[in-house]
Amino acid sequence: MAESRHIELSVNGERHHIDASPETPLLYVLRDQLGLLGTRFGCGQGTCGACMVIVDGKAVTSCDMAVEAADGCRVETVESLGPESEPKHRLARAVLDEQAAQCSYCLPGILMSAKALLDENPAPTEADIRAALNGNLCRCGSHVRILRAIVVAAAEGTT
Amino acid sequence: MTAPEGSDQLVSDWVRFDSDRVVTVFTGRVELGQGNLTALLQMAADELCLDPEDITLVPADTARTPDEGYTAGSMSISVGGMALRRATSAARVLVLAEAARRLNAAVTALSVNAGTIMKSGEATGEDLRVIGCDLELDIPVADHADPLPREARKFSGTSAPRIDMAARVLGTPFVHDLRPEGVLHGRMVRSSALGATLKSVDLDGLRARPGVVEVVRDGSFLGLLAMTSWQAVRAQEWAQRNTEWGAPPGPDVTPLEVVQQADGPVQDIHTRDGERPATAKSFEVTATRPFISHGSIGPSAGLAIWEDDRLSVKSHSQGVFQLRGAMATVLGIDADKITITHTPGAGCYGHNGADDAAMDAAILARHVPGRPVLVVWSRAEEFCNAPLGPVMATKASAGVDDFGRIQSVDVSVNSVPHANRPGTHGAPNVLAGTQLATPIPFPVSQDLGPERGGGADRNSVPYYSIPSVAVTKRLVHDLPYRSSSLRGLGATVNVVAIEALMDQIACETGQDPAELRLAHLNDTRAQDVIRAVMEMSENHRVTDEGTGWGLAFARYKNSAGYAAIVASVLVDEEVRVTKVSAAIDAGEVINPDGAINQTEGGIIQSISWALKEQLNFEGANVATETWLDYPILTFSEVPDIAVQLIERPDDPPLGCAEAVQGPVVAAVSSAIHNAVGARVTDMPFTRDKIITAMM
Repeated sequence: MAESRHIELSVNGERHHIDASPETPLLYVLRDQLGLLGTRFGCGQGTCGACMVIVDGKAVTSCDMAVEAADGCRVETVESLGPESEPKHRLARAVLDEQAAQCSYCLPGILMSAKALLDENPAPTEADIRAALNGNLCRCGSHVRILRAIVVAAAEGTT
Repeated sequence: MTAPEGSDQLVSDWVRFDSDRVVTVFTGRVELGQGNLTALLQMAADELCLDPEDITLVPADTARTPDEGYTAGSMSISVGGMALRRATSAARVLVLAEAARRLNAAVTALSVNAGTIMKSGEATGEDLRVIGCDLELDIPVADHADPLPREARKFSGTSAPRIDMAARVLGTPFVHDLRPEGVLHGRMVRSSALGATLKSVDLDGLRARPGVVEVVRDGSFLGLLAMTSWQAVRAQEWAQRNTEWGAPPGPDVTPLEVVQQADGPVQDIHTRDGERPATAKSFEVTATRPFISHGSIGPSAGLAIWEDDRLSVKSHSQGVFQLRGAMATVLGIDADKITITHTPGAGCYGHNGADDAAMDAAILARHVPGRPVLVVWSRAEEFCNAPLGPVMATKASAGVDDFGRIQSVDVSVNSVPHANRPGTHGAPNVLAGTQLATPIPFPVSQDLGPERGGGADRNSVPYYSIPSVAVTKRLVHDLPYRSSSLRGLGATVNVVAIEALMDQIACETGQDPAELRLAHLNDTRAQDVIRAVMEMSENHRVTDEGTGWGLAFARYKNSAGYAAIVASVLVDEEVRVTKVSAAIDAGEVINPDGAINQTEGGIIQSISWALKEQLNFEGANVATETWLDYPILTFSEVPDIAVQLIERPDDPPLGCAEAVQGPVVAAVSSAIHNAVGARVTDMPFTRDKIITAMM
């Protein structure tokens, strides 16, 4: 493990100065150093999307992104869509309205992929949404509802 | 708390009234993402005549709740819900009797509305929650249970939103998210071969890795504790490269070939009366499934802490009482020294690594008394070390007369064992136990008996009315891999065999697949789901170049929920399922949207099994370590799905979570046949298998 170094992150609009060894994946910094436990560990290999966050506008898997690559970047996590008692973001509200989850372990990652899509393309087709979510695995099979929720949220955003 | 069984159940096991109108209801069931806690709360609220938000529902906890065994087999509502309904109804009856005494009124004149005791429609000033506090509830449920008539139920039968969903989507409710003061992060070091012996390890080197505070070795059990989770991961990776394992030998052929070639003893599941009748035509289908993975998105985790020789555990186990018994045996302590509280994990779909990870945490934590230890498995461990979904081969054959009537069916099931959860067959059945210097090995599994719906033989007896039926099961113990319960157990492959056989008979005798089934069913509820799905699917039952559809039906366990499925496929470079219609009869449905959600999920998971999934092996090692080696259905591949519930509010609930697996895979198989003329019944239905079958 390399020497710790100073890293600056903007997470959900809040500036954080941390010391971390530069190769530490962003996921572990978020969960263990910043206490933002909403982003999930799923595979540690960038293959399931459970740990998806948004870095400078792009959805990325945080389990295989070294924190030094996010140094100085703007990071968004699922916490920016909450709180659970009264979700701020229309995507989070739509998921709850459509009951678009079962175990929900994959949902934070899916929400971040969807948010990155809607931020870039406010009126996606269903095919666009499906393509944007292909890096997110869901094992319970809530896909149909999740797609419906994102369509609803997109429509809400463009009206 | 001891296990309340049948007439021994006390109202106090299930319901508690405290001052300040606090009402707590206990269930031995656990929420795995199916929405059962919401439905159970709806049932309790109805019987207590309270609003759901006025009740706190406590799921399985060895210190607080009844022992209801495993949350499995689609029985949360049909068994667990009905027990809770009776217990809470008994509490209401006891309160009303006391209210009648206090008010000097006839019980029949009293009712409860949102907790307020009403007399002839007027509030009396008495409250169920207040009277409840004064009552002795150590009284048998059976003496007072009197569930409300259907029309008096306010919440059962409505699509209440999940009580736990916001926390799961936006909060941190999982075992993985627990961060008690002083927590240490545990990781295991294991071979991907079951029964591998730890031959050499550089323990000093491992102890010197950054952040490592403890290394625990006991026989071939090896784990480490580190200050942070990333340090634990790095140390685990280092240890994997610096340990040597001796693996037992593996088979020379594939696991499926071992299962198909097995010639061990056969057990009769259904014996034929007399001789198999001679018939004009005969048909035969063999359906197979390779080993597959439960594939939880979140790898298994467990948290444990030892304090004053007492052990507290948080686990996403499906059976915390059974896990407690297993832990007590492995740790050599009394079970009453252990408390296990169910805490959510990712969906498991059966017996995955949840129990094992909790056991790992308990063993590691014993070396650091007073400090909590959180163990989270790696993705590779979840694939390689968790129990596998069993490999199976089921052969079904039929004799059909000149009129197209099926006169005989023979089914033979070959399978590795299902149902090897902690506590079954009198053994702990936890992985760590088998690795210790004084090991507690896995017993020879006997699978599940017919009283529990069978294991490998689940749904092996056709539900159709057929004069002459013979069914056998052969358990195969010749493979060095660990198998256990996966959603639906043997029902999936058995239904595929029987339903593909039905489709073959329909095709080759020129009968309509729906009419053939209807003609061989005596149960009108079975006929109703088939008729309903045919009506629903009218616009997607299209047969064209590369396009086809298939119908399948089953009644889960032959005694639970009914499901009829029509799947449409497009066979091009790969098979694509384009549309699925499902008609379900689950009896009384407490939460219709929850039942539809479970059904949709079952359909999607089953399509993934049907088209994509199989584990790979190298000798005794599981050779699948990443999602790249184990693709599952993605968002772009998910079909349109329509689900219709045929609600029967006056009938008992039957459960629904495992009703569709077999029918979905079978419908996909028949749809492929309809599209390209190839009958493929070896899962997964890949392009290569279809091309081979077409030649």
